[in-house]
Amino acid sequence: MLAAIASLFVCQLAGETAVRALGLPVPGPVVGMVLLFTLMLMRAPLPAMLGDTADGLLRHLSLLFVPAGVGVVQHLELLGNTGLRLITVVVLTTVIVLAVTALTFEGLARLMNVGDLESGGVKKPDGGRPE
Amino acid sequence: MSTLVELWVYLSGSPLLWLTATLVAYLAADAVSAATKRHPLANPVLIAVILVSGILVITGTAYPAYFAGAQFVHFLLGPATVALAVPLFRHLPQVRRALIPMLVALIVGSLAAIISAIVLAKLFGLDRMAMLALAPKSATAAIAMGIAETIGGDPALTAILVVLTGITGAIVVTPLMNLLRLKNYAARGFAAGLTSHGIGAARAFQVDPLAGTFAGIALGLNGLLTAILVPVVLKWVAD
Repeated sequence: MLAAIASLFVCQLAGETAVRALGLPVPGPVVGMVLLFTLMLMRAPLPAMLGDTADGLLRHLSLLFVPAGVGVVQHLELLGNTGLRLITVVVLTTVIVLAVTALTFEGLARLMNVGDLESGGVKKPDGGRPE
Repeated sequence: MSTLVELWVYLSGSPLLWLTATLVAYLAADAVSAATKRHPLANPVLIAVILVSGILVITGTAYPAYFAGAQFVHFLLGPATVALAVPLFRHLPQVRRALIPMLVALIVGSLAAIISAIVLAKLFGLDRMAMLALAPKSATAAIAMGIAETIGGDPALTAILVVLTGITGAIVVTPLMNLLRLKNYAARGFAAGLTSHGIGAARAFQVDPLAGTFAGIALGLNGLLTAILVPVVLKWVAD
């Protein structure tokens, strides 16, 4: 468990370092993800608990956005008197982008006969509740 | 009474109080989400944020004091992003098969996000500052704020719009995809991550592991592409 957490931190640290050193336009953790993925592809020896640790973190990904979300609520006044219009634009573009992206993906997948991508396999019976 | 005040003064100054409040609010929100069988409107981020914000208002706590505790949770966003490599590796065969649909959807979706934000901002009579803050809103917060800064927008306003886009997408994605009769969880997840970055990915992981995997890929790739495309598109359509 500790080794798995350490390996995530090491990848992130390497990512942050690379971003600073090379002036990359992406956040360090994204580079860290690419690094870890490359290590996995190369079958590098990684901690046995890495899979479980990653699952644990990602199962509660929602939790990690709570502090930022609270910050947004505290600063809603920044939206000013155009707040309602801004929110309307956000909702409309969100619907448009979701639909356009998914329909493009699905249309091409059908055209190219990509095959069954309906589900990622066994769903957790309780829908991923915390332990 | 004075001891109660002293206790409050002591606790509110320590990170423990707001760290605990964040965790407990999330557990309550997640329980509501589970009780409603993961109904999209019972979004755990939204519920937890409302709970915590209510407590902060009632106790008159300023955000910096709250964040002193909550930062330990916020910090985990980095390692969680790195951890996205694990589901990506596990679902590598599906990702390989869907590579071309995925990359085309990435370009189309990324352009749609930027152009629709600019066009709608104009249509609704919003000023240029609002338009600049809206343009990068589908990218993950760190990237979107960086883009806003380089194009002369307000990073703080962008951060708000990014989170609003995230929560909106997380709520809307399931009913919208059902309405469109899309059963392809790779496409659904990819759209959620591209549009609504990490918050969309959190929703996707809640629904299906394959959807979560594609959402993770989408949020990484779209962050990068948005950074490249926003300045180009602005030059092209904004004036």
